[in-house]
Amino acid sequence: MREISLHILDIVQNSVVAKATEIEVDICEDKKLDKLTVVIRDNGCGMSEEFLKKVIDPFATKRTTRKVGLGIPLLKMAAENTGGSLEIQSKEGEGTVVTAVFGLSHIDRQPLGDMAGTMLGLFTAYEDIRFLYKHKVNEKEFFVDTKEIRNVLGDVPFQAPEVYLWLSDFLKEGEEELNQMEV
Amino acid sequence: MKSLAELEAIRNKAKGSVNLRKDDNAVRIVVGMATCGIAAGAKPVMTALMEEVAKRNLENVAVTQTGCIGVCRLEPIVEVMVPGEEKVTYVKVDPKKAAEIISEHIVNGRVVTKYTIGAAQ
Repeated sequence: MREISLHILDIVQNSVVAKATEIEVDICEDKKLDKLTVVIRDNGCGMSEEFLKKVIDPFATKRTTRKVGLGIPLLKMAAENTGGSLEIQSKEGEGTVVTAVFGLSHIDRQPLGDMAGTMLGLFTAYEDIRFLYKHKVNEKEFFVDTKEIRNVLGDVPFQAPEVYLWLSDFLKEGEEELNQMEV
Repeated sequence: MKSLAELEAIRNKAKGSVNLRKDDNAVRIVVGMATCGIAAGAKPVMTALMEEVAKRNLENVAVTQTGCIGVCRLEPIVEVMVPGEEKVTYVKVDPKKAAEIISEHIVNGRVVTKYTIGAAQ
């Protein structure tokens, strides 16, 4: 993985597999604390205490198509390489929270990457899941709740061509505005 | 800034014309989006597919994601399912190939044989 956004995309897939109906993606870039924090919170099936203990082990995957699961270990490595950390909290039947902290100005910190494209891909691929996306850069914040968009759209799908293009512009504009403020 | 009012206008325009994809006769394009796929570049491929579908106004095509398809070394993998036809699996796809798959396979109905899993093995 070369970008943090790709790690996020990857970890969110775990939430989807865990049958979450609500997934929160929360990014906070804080210059003062010199930290970039990513929180992914879902209401999926969660993990047992036993599995939680070994979930950072690459050979602990629950998949059946291959024997290794690298999503979590890769994110952990990326975070720890910048003096940061990875924490996972989970409760069976309630959901999971994955928190990754990166050193914002650390030379080894991967770029955040294309968050607009990442969220667009998720919104449109999993239309039935409610996504709450929040990206904070210092004082400025961009927030999207797909439920609000869904309410406007009714049963018109996110993948309808015009809607897709609107969503794409909407997310790109939101992200751009955050970066303009970053002086 | 994009407004929800704008979206409402889009909805009113789109309503009625876009329910096709929920039918069984919709074309399904599935992208492998597990760790292996993402690391190999599946996200730009997904974006290219969706953009191409949107730009060409293909109402009857649904682009979806799936987990690991099981042949990680050939990722990014894209599967195309046209109703009534055999599933076609494309391997080592990039955004350029993705656009070609849409124009050739989906629009013109010709399988792009050189990118299929059969050609790679």
